[in-house]
Order: sequence, then C-alpha cells, then structure tokens
Amino acid sequence: MPNTLLDGAELAVALAQQAGADGVFASMSRSRQVSLDVRDQELEKVQESTDTSLRLQIYVDGRYSVHGTNDLSPDALNAFVEQAVALTRALEVDAYRELPDPSRFAHAQPALALHDPAVESQSLDARLERAMALNARLAGKDKVISASASVFDGSGERGAVSSNGFAASYRSTSTGMYGNVTLRGDGDKRPEDGWGMHARQLATLQSPASIGDEAMRRARLRLGSKKGPTTKTTMVVSRDAAASLIVRLLGPASGDAVQQGRSMWAGKLGQRLVSEKLDIVSNPLIPGAVGSYPFDDEGAAAFEMPILENGALQHYFLNSYYARKLDTAPTTDRWGNIIVRPGKRDLDTIVSDVGTGVYVTSWLGGNADTTTGDFSFGLRGHLIESGRVGAPVGEMNVTGNLLALFSALQEVGNDPFEHSMLRVPTLVFRDVQFSGT
Amino acid sequence: MTDFLLRRTFLQSAAAGGAILTAPAVLAGCSKSSTVGASAGPLAKSPAPANPFEEWYGLDEAAVRKAMATLSSRGADHADIYFQHTRNNSVVYQDGIIARASTTVMQGVGMRVVVGGKVGYAYSEELTPEALERTAKSAAMFATGSPTPPPASFAAVGRPDRYQLVVPWSEVGVDEKLPLIQKVAKMARASDPAIDKVSVHWTDGDERVLVATLDGKYVTDVRPMTRLSIELTAKKNGETQSGGSNLAARDGLGFYTDERLKTVVEEARDRTLVLFDARRPQAGDMPVVLAAGASGILLHEAIGHGMEADFNRKDISIYADMLGKKIAPDFVTIVDDGTLDNERGSLNVDDEGNEAQRTVLVENGVLVSYLHDRISAEHYGVAPTGSGRRESYKHAPLPRMRATYMENGPHSRDEIVASVKNGIIAETFTNGQVQIGAGDFTFYIKNGWLIEDGKVTAPIKDTNIIGNGPEALRKVTMAGNDSKLDTGGWTCGKNGQGVPVSQGLPTVLVSGMNVGGENRA
Repeated sequence: MPNTLLDGAELAVALAQQAGADGVFASMSRSRQVSLDVRDQELEKVQESTDTSLRLQIYVDGRYSVHGTNDLSPDALNAFVEQAVALTRALEVDAYRELPDPSRFAHAQPALALHDPAVESQSLDARLERAMALNARLAGKDKVISASASVFDGSGERGAVSSNGFAASYRSTSTGMYGNVTLRGDGDKRPEDGWGMHARQLATLQSPASIGDEAMRRARLRLGSKKGPTTKTTMVVSRDAAASLIVRLLGPASGDAVQQGRSMWAGKLGQRLVSEKLDIVSNPLIPGAVGSYPFDDEGAAAFEMPILENGALQHYFLNSYYARKLDTAPTTDRWGNIIVRPGKRDLDTIVSDVGTGVYVTSWLGGNADTTTGDFSFGLRGHLIESGRVGAPVGEMNVTGNLLALFSALQEVGNDPFEHSMLRVPTLVFRDVQFSGT
Repeated sequence: MTDFLLRRTFLQSAAAGGAILTAPAVLAGCSKSSTVGASAGPLAKSPAPANPFEEWYGLDEAAVRKAMATLSSRGADHADIYFQHTRNNSVVYQDGIIARASTTVMQGVGMRVVVGGKVGYAYSEELTPEALERTAKSAAMFATGSPTPPPASFAAVGRPDRYQLVVPWSEVGVDEKLPLIQKVAKMARASDPAIDKVSVHWTDGDERVLVATLDGKYVTDVRPMTRLSIELTAKKNGETQSGGSNLAARDGLGFYTDERLKTVVEEARDRTLVLFDARRPQAGDMPVVLAAGASGILLHEAIGHGMEADFNRKDISIYADMLGKKIAPDFVTIVDDGTLDNERGSLNVDDEGNEAQRTVLVENGVLVSYLHDRISAEHYGVAPTGSGRRESYKHAPLPRMRATYMENGPHSRDEIVASVKNGIIAETFTNGQVQIGAGDFTFYIKNGWLIEDGKVTAPIKDTNIIGNGPEALRKVTMAGNDSKLDTGGWTCGKNGQGVPVSQGLPTVLVSGMNVGGENRA
C-alpha cells in the first residue's frame, strides 16, 4: 500500500534540500473527526472535519526555523518551502541546533494497538444512539435544568521523514463520551458537573448509561455546597484531581523550563526533594493505552523512563536541543502514560483513617510558579468528618509549595483510573493550608 | 500531533460550562499546528477587494452560491460560509540570540446550517468547488426538511474600519523585526544586575475573513494582531525567581514605540524582582482592592461569561433570570465593547458577519443586555450584538466577549485604599476561570500588595482568589475614577475555542472575597 502521508513529507524534504537546506525534518499528520452533541434529548450539533498538516524544521548554515502548511499542492508547496529556506538564512547562527541523532531513530515499530477500525466505521445513527442513551440518564431527572451529552470519534495518522534517514508513520484512533448536567440549586445557583472518558478502542469505553450515571452522581454531590473553614488540615485528593497535581509537579521538568532557569527541578537531578513514597514512570509502550506512541517528535524510539524514584528526580523531559544546551544526553520531551506507583488501600479505608480533613474532588482555577513551586488553587470537594466523606464545600482555596506539599505526602491510594493517560491514585497530604470562611 | 490534538479537543469541548482565561505565558505550550500554504497571494492592502471570493480564495462566486444551495438543500433557518486565511509569524529570542522563527499559514472554509436550535457544521482546508460541495453536504446531513431557496447573488455589506494597517504584517520583513526584538532583549538584560536570563516571544500576523450568508450578503474583514512578551529569570543570594510582562494590539510595527518598549521592560523587571521580597497574605475572606487595568479579569470571570446568551438560552447561567434586575450599586456600569480602535479584543464585524457593537451589560447597577450571536438573538427576539465569534474556520461561532470594562466610578484610588483596614490590592494576573451555573469564579494574582491600616505595605505573590459572581458584584462597594484598559495579550477559552480579548477596570473595592493565603504559626 503506498503511504501518501510519507510521500508528502518526502517531497517536502527534497524541495527544501533543493532550495538549499542542509537538514530537514518534515512531520505530517492527517486526521478525521466527528463529534456530536445532544442536549435534553435533542440533537444540538454535529461536526465533521478532516485536517492535514505539514510541519517543516529547516536547518541552513547553522540557522533554524519551523514552518507549517496544509496546502500540499506541488506549486504551493514549492513556493512555501523556498520562502521558508530564505527566511531561515536571515536568522542568527545557533550552535546548539542540529538534526536529531539518527542512532536514536525508531526502526521496527512495537505493536501498540493504537488503531481500532470500529471507531472509524460507525454510522452517524450509531453515534447519535450512544449520545441519546447517555443523555437519557440525565435529562428530565429530578432538579435537572439541562443536560448535555457528547460523543467524539477521531482517527488519524502521523509520521515524519528527515534528511538524515528517518521515515516512519503510525495510525491511531481516539473515541470519547462525556455527559454534563446542570441542576437547580439554592437561590440562583445552578451547580453543574459531569464526567466522561476517552480511549483508543471503542470497546474500552464504558457504557453510555454508566458514564451518564457517574456524571449525575458527581453533579448531585455539588448540591448544597458551602464554603468550608480556614484551616490547616489533612488533604485527601481524588484520583482525578490528583492527576492534575502530578501534571503541575512534572511540568517544570521539561528541558526548556530547566535550561531557562524557570524550573524548581533545575540542578536537582537525583536529589530527594519530595516524599520517598512517590515513584513515577513515563511509559509510552502500553498496548492500547491513550498515552502510548512508537516514536517521539524527533523520531526517537519510545522507551519507558523513570521520572521519580523514592522521591528523587531521575530524568528531565529533554529534546536534543535543550540536552545540548545543558551538555547532557537527550531523553524525550514527549510524555507517555504517566504512572504513579499505587499503594495498598482504597479511598474509604484512607478516609476512615484520616478522620478529619478535606477531600478535594476537583480544582477551580489557580496556578503554580514553575520556578519556585509556589501554588494556590481553588477547589471543590467535601469535608471529611468522623472518618467519612461529608458535606460538600466550595469557594475555597488551597495554598502552598509543590515540593513542600509532595514532601508531606502521607499515603498513595490503590485506585488509579486504568484508562487514563495519567494513572494517578488518591493522594493524601498532611498539614495543608485551606482558605475558607 | 494527531492523537494529542484529538484528546485535547475532546477534553476542551468536554469542559462545557467551564471557561478559562489565560495570559500568553500560560498558552505558550499550546501551539496550533494546522496550517496552510502560500497559494493565496499576499494580503491586499485594501480592506475590500472587488471580488474577494476570487482574489482571496481563488474561487468563483458561483461555486460559493452552489455550495450555499447545497447547504440549505435540507432546510435552513440560517446558513453561513466562513472563509479564513491567516498568516502568523513568530520569533523567539533566548540565551542572547534569535533562537527560533516560524511562519504558520492556515486557510479553510467552515459551513454552518442552523435549523431550530440545531447546528450542522463542517469545514474543509481545500478550497476547490468540489471540496466546497462535499463540505456543504456534510454540514447539511443532519437536517431533514425541504430546500430553503438560496440567494441569486451575494451583495457586499460595508463595515467600519478600526485597525487597518498602512503596512500589513505580510509586508514587514524579518529584518525589520529582529533589531527591535534584540533591542528589547538588551534593554531587559541591562535593566538590573540580578537578571540572569531574558527570553522574548514575538508574534505578528494578518487574518482575512469573508462571511457569506443565506440572505445573500457577504462581508469581509482584515484583522492584524501582534504581541510581544518578555520573560525574565533573576538570581539573588542563591534564590531564583521568574516573571515577565507583555503587550498586544490589533496594530502594526509602529505600535512598538520606544515608550511602550521601555514600559514593558520596566514592568517585566519590577514584577520579577519584587518576587524576592513577596510573600503570601493571610488565608481567608478579606477585602480585595483591584488595581486599575488588568483587574478587568474580575468582570470577565464574575459576570462576562455568565452574560453570554448561549448559557442563558439554555438556562444554565446563574444570570439566566436576572435581566432587568438590580445586581450592583448605582455607580457600576459594565460594557463589552468591540468598537475601540486597535484594541486586541476589537472587531469590525463578528464571525457571523454582524457589525461589532458597544454593548452595555450593566447600566447603573441594572443588568440590561446579554451578549448575543444570531441563534441567541433569534431566541430572545433581539438584534445581535456582534458578539458571535470563533477561533477559526474549524469552529462554529458562539457568543463571546470582546473588550470588557467598567466605567469610572465616583471614588479616588487613594480613598479606596485608605478605606481598607486589612486586605490586599491585586495588580497582575496570570489566569482566571468560572463555573457558569454555580457562579463561582477564580483568578490568580501574580503580583500584589498587602493593605494594612489603609496603607499599601508588603508585596504579595501567587495567590488565588475565589468568589461567586452575583455576590462579588453586590460587594463592589467602591469604584475609582481611573478606569483603563489593559494592553496585555489575553486569550479567552470557551468550548475549546480561544479568542483574543481585552479587559479593563478602574480601581475597585470588593468588600470580601476568598484569598488563597498562608497563615503563619
């Protein structure tokens, strides 16, 4: 079967070389997406689209630039590439820019089961049926003002060709369902919440009914939410909310943040800066998983990479440019499935042991300084009273420092969501500052 | 990028009731990779060529009429075809050199059919009569009615001119930008001995759009945009801090006057160096003074999103039953304005082809109007407010904000600060967010100060504020006479679509909001 995606990338590389580039790395992607939204048992929106893009990294006499186009007709491409090479010549020499090292290129591809033909082949009616089934669990129920359901299916291919020998592509699919419901609350308040999931394979998705029920369960928990107290206490973070904390913790481990001095991890490789209870790996090689891929954006073969071991950072997320600037070997700057090593106990047992505290189920806004780790987040959740998850709270903030917070990690639960790219269990932290009434 | 984009798109559209506002530094990782070629010629200087179908997109008007006929062939209350071509340039300065430059060209056509409240949408990046036909069929597929007659021709509609450039960005060479970027970087480097790293992110671009509608009209717009962002890392006594500043406008190279550059460098330096001495305020509810300018983020989150009529039409906004009601003190007048010359959030026409307007949301404390697109205006039986916006041809339009600000109030800044016994004053922000239905909103203070006994004292940093929209508006107890718009490059996200916005405020006192702080033992 001729690979038209790679043919396009190959042509772009040849054109750039003709125009005078010494090195070219051409990445291409093509995807087709269908989404369908239902509100209150009526179709609200259907959207279909196809996207193509070509990204060209060009190296000329030690200079570097990046360009994008999706007009791949030969004349247009020719003119585009000539302009791109001419622009590159006008820039400054950057001694750290080189094509990725060919010895790291992926050759044989692992079998990752990233593509499911069933995702592509569904009819519009089948998609509508799923959205309606999900929505039916929400619309018209007690206190429901309005409920929506979305179904999303996408399939695509991505690949790259480089002037120093890389040429590979792979196909993947993505499918998802999401439900959201707005309830009649106290006064003018209309609390809402929802839930959904996505996967590579259609069969991995939970049933529309169970996704709808989970969305409703979450929304109902928001009813009667009040502001909790200003206090310093134990914080139990649900696996969903914990996943975004892990993203905040690992984000500053990227090469550009570290090299630019905007990272709390800069110069700290190998030092134990957080609790030894924390072990994290990035694994892009799990078959069928959302965060799996065969090679990264530089063509380097995917590999499992330890990130934190016993609380010490093992690797930065480094592409070859920032690795050269830091005078070290590259790793990869693409995240795989992020896996926090689970502990032994479930949420109920943990909460009963904690006794008193705050259970955080989601964040609302907030930010963290990547250089210092200082953070402040809005939260929604519940008080933990007498060893049980109690009254809903909101309109509160939690404030501290990420490294200090993760040093005060008391326990890691046993309950990561196995279909997420971020497999993070419930996390428990001691002595956390909450702002409330 | 495929699977990452697929995932992101889904997650963003999944966050239905949430809306997010970010400063450029936060968005820096979210590059849009989809792009297009140089097949369309350079952008015309004239805002309205004689035949923009042909001159801008290489299409015969008849092909567009045919697509409109297909689009309305299964019935349509409304249908539109949105052509867009953008060319964006970016330059990154890092470690003393221009480390990266890029050009991204994006072109496509989005087609929408509206029947009742239902929307069919499809887009194509290929601009041929065949692709137009295919896209129209796909967008119309959901409809089941009989044909609505298409127009016999498209007539051009005039529009105002709020940001036409003498020299469009497509004609500004990289050789004219690099010296300016290098100059700014040198100024920043020299601004203080503690500065260890300087990076500068520059973007510029021109966008041209054409919206043709089922009623046989079309309108064109040419929209420039530029943004300059400075990020600094400073070191002092073994401690590292980073910070920055930025400015943005629908303007050309001349926007970057020496005075503006000097100001943005000083802001970046001051906001970074003050962090060495800054701490957290006490935790809990307290009076919050919002400094004039960027504090308009309060309005954006506390009320602006809640006034977008799609949420109200669906009855899922906390403001859904409040039209005509008194929601704030008499001195509070809040405006969402697309008509200001050269502002980042300004528009000549919105992305449905309606002229952008100045819309008063709250007049003397009374809620007077929502922000409408065509669908919500039809639903409420009012005229559109020119608020139907979209990120690109890849998206159907939604009611969105443009430049949101509060007009002057009766108090002075000094008076306001002096009235606070124990509280904070907020000056710079990184991001904000709101839950439309519950009304809970947040924004993140990067820099501010404590107010103790009516005086501004010690610097504070990294503090999240959380409040409830209608409650916070009731608690606006003072408003200054110093209203100003922020010049920063704000991007507002809703249903996975980012659009440029502006915001402004006079000095305002909210008598109580929740402040993320740390209580010292």
